[in-house]
Amino acid sequence: MAFHLRGVHTPHRKNTIKQPTVQMSAPQSVVIPMVMHIGKSAAPTVKVGDLVKVGTKIGEADGKISSNIHSSVSGKVVKLEEYLQPTGEATTAVVIESDGEMTVDPAVCPPTVNSKDELISAIRESGIVGLGGAGFPTHVKLDVDPARIEYLIINGAECEPYVTSDTVTMLTRADDMAYALRQLNKFMGIGNVIIGIENNKKEAIAAMREMAASITECTVNVKSLPSVYPQGGEKVLIYHTTGRKVPAGTLPIDVGCIVLNCTTLAEIGAYLKTGMPLTQKCVTVDGGAVKNPQNVIAPVGTSIADIFNFCGGLVEEPEKIIYGGPMMGVTVPDAKYPVLKNTNAVLALTHKEAKLPKTTACIRCGSCTNTCPFGLAPASIALAYEKKDAEELKALFVDSCMECGCCSFVCPANRPLVQTNKLAKQLLAQEQKKEANK
Amino acid sequence: MDALKKLSVSPHIHSGRSTTRIMLDVLIALLPATVAGVLIFGWRSLLPIAVSVVCCVVFEAIFNLITKKGQTVGDLSAAVTGLLIALNVPANIPLWQCVIGSLFAIIIVKCLFGGLGNNLVNPAVTARVFMLVAFETMTASAFPVDSVASATPLAAETMPSLLTMFLGNHGGAIGETCTAALLLGAIYLLARRVITWHIPAAFIGTVFVFALFMEGFDATSALSFVMAGSLVIGAVFMATDYVTSPSSAWGKIIFGLGAGLLTCLIRYFSIYPEGVSFAILFMNILTPYIDRWTKHKVFATGGKKA
Repeated sequence: MAFHLRGVHTPHRKNTIKQPTVQMSAPQSVVIPMVMHIGKSAAPTVKVGDLVKVGTKIGEADGKISSNIHSSVSGKVVKLEEYLQPTGEATTAVVIESDGEMTVDPAVCPPTVNSKDELISAIRESGIVGLGGAGFPTHVKLDVDPARIEYLIINGAECEPYVTSDTVTMLTRADDMAYALRQLNKFMGIGNVIIGIENNKKEAIAAMREMAASITECTVNVKSLPSVYPQGGEKVLIYHTTGRKVPAGTLPIDVGCIVLNCTTLAEIGAYLKTGMPLTQKCVTVDGGAVKNPQNVIAPVGTSIADIFNFCGGLVEEPEKIIYGGPMMGVTVPDAKYPVLKNTNAVLALTHKEAKLPKTTACIRCGSCTNTCPFGLAPASIALAYEKKDAEELKALFVDSCMECGCCSFVCPANRPLVQTNKLAKQLLAQEQKKEANK
Repeated sequence: MDALKKLSVSPHIHSGRSTTRIMLDVLIALLPATVAGVLIFGWRSLLPIAVSVVCCVVFEAIFNLITKKGQTVGDLSAAVTGLLIALNVPANIPLWQCVIGSLFAIIIVKCLFGGLGNNLVNPAVTARVFMLVAFETMTASAFPVDSVASATPLAAETMPSLLTMFLGNHGGAIGETCTAALLLGAIYLLARRVITWHIPAAFIGTVFVFALFMEGFDATSALSFVMAGSLVIGAVFMATDYVTSPSSAWGKIIFGLGAGLLTCLIRYFSIYPEGVSFAILFMNILTPYIDRWTKHKVFATGGKKA
């Protein structure tokens, strides 16, 4: 394997792992959007007044790239409202008033799986999506010809500051993970597994090594990786564990690899064992504004406000609320927003923590290009974007950008490089579409 | 919690690096050379320093006020330019020449090209070249302290001893003679990661090797040659300016090699005793091309360079 890709040393701030993980009781109501994944919104299968239980399907996946949605509490559907995602797209959300009982739907039972197709169907039923945060439907990712899979890479890197929910998974759900690995080996012949974990998680590495030793059906290697952000980026992880490169516009499977987040793997195992769909999440709650930062297991759809209250409330008014980590997380307009299937952390940053330096002129220092894991030149991309030069943007391989944020993080002028890259990609896509339509 | 929270694109944390801090580090790194200059050339050295720094800052401030573009002097880059101009002139230079030089550096080379980040060439280097061509007194220097003028080592018949060269106790510009002080500054900049070793090493290394050949493989002569003139201050503080030098490691090495070669060609084969400023200026102009030729290979693009 060749040398390590570039990156940055972000602060770790993993203090929540020292606190016990606490299960949250049922909130008064939950708001569950019909899209918490990459792909088309699910179609609601309930209407106002319907009674639901934990695990009852409330949304049916629409088309190939979509996901089922299930109720996370028992109670009554009180509203179907328009829900505006922080990204700006609208969808429908099902609002359920909880009766506090958390009664499980009697239809919840372990799926019958005797073949690869049944395995994929079961995962489709479960509503499991990529729990590293991206939320890509897992059944679509796994629905490939098994002969193409040379490596299954389990992502235990968790490189973002603050976030520790994956570490909790590795420390407490090794059984679920092992079960999933055995089933994936049995029905899809996956024989080579590599678990990549950043070296700042010594206990998790030990726990995973112990689990790996107990699995005899396939080879499971645990690789301790340098704690350099963005170690958990899919293509970065593939390169550091297998030496293989995934070009822009292609998928990991094109180089024989599938990457699954460790919590996704645990959920697969839990679903195959119990039949309980994805209805609750372990969420790291942190940030200076939170009184008691900790990992909380909360029903999907619980409002961020309820989560903060459960953690002792807020010590001050946060300036920013973020889904996920501070390097790639999405800001949220207010705490009424719910915890989603693919939420692994909620941060309440104080004014001091959220303060960013003033943006000044680019001094061509090259820090951005010298830290970009893919060797891109964000300063040059910004210049090309200003000139609206799509040809140059293509030549600069802007589509390879994974928006990890290393560039903006180190920029002495705090230029909005990730934002410019996103806009540049849009511009290039528009220009390419125009060319295609000519 | 009624007010809507701030929305912005990631990342939401920052490393804390800033242009101002980098400029401050350069000023700190230049302190030993400044102090050495005062010790070697006397208190009058402080006059060009004060005049240049104040003029550079004031001219930039006035330009910003007139163009209503927001004040930028707080980023300390004008102060750095002023100090570098001063350290590159003799202690007894007529002060009006410092004013003209500062005006040229800040208004013409920097502000009129678009301000910090947009200048093609290094303001301090270009100002020095301008002053050299316009005001001939640059080639002489005021040493010892009370004399009017005397030749610098490069212009003289014989070189002083290695120790004299290293400590800078000879004629020259205020900040260029004391190699020891400049090296202290270099170590500080390297430790603070403001500069990398590539440009200084390539620049100075090339000059040393060239000199070794020219001086009949006499290492002492070659070392004296390296410590003479403004090579060390130029290689460490001026050639390494971000805006006007390549971004990538290989680009920096090519820059250093080219500057070193040009310096030697001018020093050995032209009428000018010193070639560092011309060399840096020339390589500044080539930098956009060097950057283009030495871009990082982008990950997983099949080996294609853009």
